Amino acid sequence: MAAVTERSRLSDFMWPALAWIVALVFFFPIFWLVFTSFKTDADAVKPEHLFFFTPTLENYTNMTENYDYWRFATNSVITSTFATLFALAVGVPCAYAMAFNPSKHTKDILMWMLSTKMLPAAAVLYPMTFLTKNFLGIFDTHFLVILVLCLINLPIAIWMLFTYFKEIPKEIIEASKMDGVTTWGEIKDILIPLAWGGVASTALLTFIFCWNEAYWTVRLTTVDAATLSKLIEGNRAPEGLFFGRLAAVSTAAVGPIVVLGWFCQKQLVQGLTFGAVK
Amino acid sequence: MAGLTLRDVRKSYGATQVMHGVDLDIEDGEFVVFVGPSGCGKSTLLRMIAGLEEISGGTVAIGDVEVNEVAASKRGVAMVFQTYALYPHMTVYKNMAFGLKQAKTDPKEIDRRVKDAAEILQITDYLDRSPRNLSGGQRQRVAIGRAIVRDPKVFLFDEPLSNLDAALRVQTRLEIARLHERLETTMIYVTHDQVEAMTLADKIVVLRDGRIEQVGSPIDLYEQPANSFVAQFIGSPKMNFFAISDLASGASTNLGRELGSDEHVGLRPEHLVPTDGSAVVEGKMELVENLGEYALVHLTTETGVEFIAKTEKPPSVAKGSTIGFSIKPELAHFFDKSSGARK
Repeated sequence: MAAVTERSRLSDFMWPALAWIVALVFFFPIFWLVFTSFKTDADAVKPEHLFFFTPTLENYTNMTENYDYWRFATNSVITSTFATLFALAVGVPCAYAMAFNPSKHTKDILMWMLSTKMLPAAAVLYPMTFLTKNFLGIFDTHFLVILVLCLINLPIAIWMLFTYFKEIPKEIIEASKMDGVTTWGEIKDILIPLAWGGVASTALLTFIFCWNEAYWTVRLTTVDAATLSKLIEGNRAPEGLFFGRLAAVSTAAVGPIVVLGWFCQKQLVQGLTFGAVK
Repeated sequence: MAGLTLRDVRKSYGATQVMHGVDLDIEDGEFVVFVGPSGCGKSTLLRMIAGLEEISGGTVAIGDVEVNEVAASKRGVAMVFQTYALYPHMTVYKNMAFGLKQAKTDPKEIDRRVKDAAEILQITDYLDRSPRNLSGGQRQRVAIGRAIVRDPKVFLFDEPLSNLDAALRVQTRLEIARLHERLETTMIYVTHDQVEAMTLADKIVVLRDGRIEQVGSPIDLYEQPANSFVAQFIGSPKMNFFAISDLASGASTNLGRELGSDEHVGLRPEHLVPTDGSAVVEGKMELVENLGEYALVHLTTETGVEFIAKTEKPPSVAKGSTIGFSIKPELAHFFDKSSGARK
């Protein structure tokens, strides 16, 4: 008995300590980013100013006044929001069909969708640029960014939704059929309320992925539809190393999504572990 | 209200046929029970009537209307599921009102019907609760209530009691019987429990491997089973079967005739009477289950066939002794050995 108590006391102490260490290790880069953003570019590279320096908001004022931060931010909000909405608008009916009326090819389709994520993005860079710039003329438009963000996140969104919908007992859907709901009513009144946690976390995750996407948003935009990823990219040392400025831009770019994630933490964890615990 | 007519109803999944042409007539207001071992197709048949499974061949008509191509909600049937299948995110009231709302029924009419049904099922006090705060029995009542409010022509029950505990099962069984008496609506009920079938049904349909074995009243099935499968399925403990070599010397006197070598005789445990005189069958007593009200005596014949006799009192002889049993000739059932058909 004594051994059991002792061991549990040790683990009572050990696990939280370990958790703190891991959390701090993960948090450190973010902390350092924010910390550096309050240094001048000169201070940021001087070892003697590593921890002690005079904090300044210069980088932030510079960013909003000279680098048009709000335009990039607005573009990020618009493209991420609409890409998420479109991904759900397509993903929900698609996952519904596969979860409740599967054909013998459903598994193959799911695998195929996932396989599109295995294609290296760089491999289609040239055709994508050529097509959108010279052929379709939609280069650097919101429409293109939304379309691309929606399409690259659709496989993950459908997989997630499919998993959540699978958890809903088939009889409930059948009961609603007997009650005479239309397909749309079934999705609206039964499916989405029952899988609400799952739909919300899918939306949130899709939004985060869209916001953070950098490969295509940087390469398929120049000015009009450029997102925050492009702003960071644009501040990446063409004229030397401006770590203070870069840190401020990066902080302002990841800030909103960190805050959003923080507030939706519970929803997100619940949604992501939904299938696991049942 | 309406009767049902099934003509040559077939169901296949790909190349596998699971229903092999079912013909059945159900009268208006009748309580029909589909019974059979698991995998016999009873639930599939019910779901085809409900409109949840496509009909691969043949026709299903409700009243005079063929419903093969009619949507589930337009067939005028209501179903009670084994797992209740209530909408977890709606209150009891909303669960019951949902179907009527879909049919765009007048809200006042919805309210009246929901309250009437709640009254009948004594769930008025739970109308504002959500299903997760109800017990299994209460949930099942709500599921039945959801069916009642739609005022269907036919009620369909898919093993509605199998998720309830034994005491509640008996009580709910009675309530369903009362409900049928009160509503006088056609009801089709699927179960694998022959006690439910015997107590509830006007008409029992025994199914095996996607075919109807026999249709008849409970007492018909008990007294005149059409074949050895039905004979064994109906009655508890199940009927004992013997070949001529298993029987005692006084068999033909007891049975009133000789048993052919191509025949089996079926003797129900409750019809075997211990005797010192001429016996139809004799066995060595292996085990006695004394249930107070009656005793189940497990025996083995000299040829090694195990059988059960249901007696009023446990036999007063020691374990291992041989006991002889007699039977009235009219209570013996004769079946063809190879086909199983009644003779």
